[in-house]
Amino acid sequence: MEIVQLSIDNKKVVVEKGTTILEAAKNIGVDIPTLCHMKLHDMNIENKPGGCRVCVVEVEGRRNLAPACKTECTEGMDIQTHSVRVVNARRTVMELILSDHPFDCLVCAKSGDCELQTMAQNLGIREVRYQGEKNSYKSDESPAIVREMEKCIMCRRCETACNEVQTVGVLSAVNRGFESVVAPAFEMDLDHSACTFCGQCVAVCPTGALTERDSSAKVMDAIVDPKKTVIVQTAPAVRAALGEEFGMEAGTLVTGKMVSALRKLGFDHVFDTDFAADLTIMEEGTELLGRLGKHLAGDKDVKLPILTSCCPGWVNFFEHQFPDMIDIPSTAKSPQQMFGAIAKTYFADQLKQKREDVVVVSVMPCLAKKYECARDEFKVDGDPDVNLSISTRELAQMIRNANLNFEALEEDDFDQPLGESTGAAVIFGTTGGVIEAAVRTAYEVHTKKPLPKLDFEELRGFEGIRSATIDFDGLPINIGIAHGLGNARKLLEDIRAGKSQFHAIEIMACPGGCIGGGGQPYHHGDVEVLKKRQRAIYEEDKGKVLRKSHENPFVQKLYSEFLGEPCGHKSHELLHTHYYDKKKKIEI
Amino acid sequence: MADIKLPAGKVEELKEVCKKLGNEGGELINALHAAQELFGYLPAEVQELVANEMNVSVAHVYGVVTFYSFFSMIPKGEHPISICMGTACYVRGAEKVLDEFKRHLDVKVGETTPDGKFSISCLRCVGACGLAPVVTVGDKVYGRVAAEDVKGILEEYK
Repeated sequence: MEIVQLSIDNKKVVVEKGTTILEAAKNIGVDIPTLCHMKLHDMNIENKPGGCRVCVVEVEGRRNLAPACKTECTEGMDIQTHSVRVVNARRTVMELILSDHPFDCLVCAKSGDCELQTMAQNLGIREVRYQGEKNSYKSDESPAIVREMEKCIMCRRCETACNEVQTVGVLSAVNRGFESVVAPAFEMDLDHSACTFCGQCVAVCPTGALTERDSSAKVMDAIVDPKKTVIVQTAPAVRAALGEEFGMEAGTLVTGKMVSALRKLGFDHVFDTDFAADLTIMEEGTELLGRLGKHLAGDKDVKLPILTSCCPGWVNFFEHQFPDMIDIPSTAKSPQQMFGAIAKTYFADQLKQKREDVVVVSVMPCLAKKYECARDEFKVDGDPDVNLSISTRELAQMIRNANLNFEALEEDDFDQPLGESTGAAVIFGTTGGVIEAAVRTAYEVHTKKPLPKLDFEELRGFEGIRSATIDFDGLPINIGIAHGLGNARKLLEDIRAGKSQFHAIEIMACPGGCIGGGGQPYHHGDVEVLKKRQRAIYEEDKGKVLRKSHENPFVQKLYSEFLGEPCGHKSHELLHTHYYDKKKKIEI
Repeated sequence: MADIKLPAGKVEELKEVCKKLGNEGGELINALHAAQELFGYLPAEVQELVANEMNVSVAHVYGVVTFYSFFSMIPKGEHPISICMGTACYVRGAEKVLDEFKRHLDVKVGETTPDGKFSISCLRCVGACGLAPVVTVGDKVYGRVAAEDVKGILEEYK
């Protein structure tokens, strides 16, 4: 390893050759500000177009200022990161950026959590001396993501997320010069593209250019409607992140406070998507064992590996990009949709209410869930199983609207029957969790023996693609895991080429799984935040009395009273779905 | 978006070109040159086809098409007019000539008249700086063009 020595702010630094000034400074605790650069360690994600020019520093002997994110350290460099010249240049750059930016901070969805706003404040910008033309664009209001490109500063982080991390390829810089903007092909709206609505572009946007479609006002409308019974379900990853919106440390579990807040907001029944996650395991696990049994009996046509199907971003991805393989994923609906289907049949019957009078709201770490709940196949006579889906951030906003002191709220428990869940359901919130939950149940169903241990460390972690072989009492089961759609693509290409050795694969669209979802509190490029959320999820699992989905007493009751058996007739009708080929055809 | 319909013969020809280019993203610009040569312009459907054949995203293709002024998403007119905006032509009044064409035809640079007869584009230096300002209509070259000549040039094609 070749090393170089240099000095940053009069402090000696030794770094590996090839290290940028930005990274070298970070190593010694010097924070150089930047708007476009973003590096998520452990996930191999780096965006450094060198476009914003905020990170410029002064290098002794160099005529012009150097962009710290793009300039490699060389032997003997003498760098000043906040000289008068540097600060003045940064202020000028900032004023130029702001000269083509709307001044609507007071009513912007990103206000208070905006990197551009923070930067302007840190640099003490009090006036913008440059006046000129401003760009204006038609705003794009897809069912999940709102694009207001006047607020774009061309940092290109969304492009990196869409093209390199997710390999979805929907966003690109188009046009040139002053007119350039990041847009889908032909500057169409996102819902006319192959967008998966994973929301990773939103998660990394430093301004208010990309945000979620806000449904919180519609939720409040439903709550105050006396004719409606409003049910809420909360996804596992929400409880591990919501606290961050109220200044709590990342990874603080706020399950009880969240339940309490939802009750205060006026929901009639506060339930848990985790209940439906247990249900998902019953269906998906049975499907896995069914396919495996056929395979072992010599059936050559059976589709293996089976792929999980609870992530709607991932479902969109394979429908658009791998339509030849739509018969491989499990047909089990996602927990959100299973919950909706049960709430509007079994539970509505218990309430003696018509399904149209029951409103199901979901709180999700996800933006694709907004799209998923609007899909036609999840409606009965036009009435959706899940009426509205809001993100973790929107729930936080509703809590702030109601002026609740979140930290001071007492801890409450979910309502029954759809609020009961096991530890297996909680871990759905992180990469590796769904397949671990499936293994816990499938093992016991298949071997008819109790599991020797519950924690499958070999399935956990943050590596983009992981694999493990689990011994089902003499039958080795090969498991694959991918998070981030770019990683998913690699596994899918192996399957297509006939090279895959896996029996089952879990795929999550977002890096980290749902804990890193597009609807979660902004991590601002700090991957430690995701790791803390992951630890919180496993902690919640450990603390549960029941940790295997098939032991959930209310799930058992649901089968005995209503559904019959997993993958039975009624289950197929309510809990399974089918997929569509959405690839655009070129007709000749 | 609706599914796409393109003439079969040209599609096959374009696919052949893309194959020769290795169906590889690095050759995208060459593929787009060939496509524009074949179809006369690059409508959305052709861009979708090129993206498919060259294994890049449509958004990326559209990004490249909109970046280079050479590529056009609008079919050229029957008589494509090009005004040279190179340095020599520019200093000798090419902009006034351009303005006059725009005024007479009521279209902007890169556009085509509604009857499909004329389109206007700008180019940089045709290598005839001695004749500045230079205008080409189809294959015919006009030298030392003044704003007053524009009406007469257009009359020749009406």
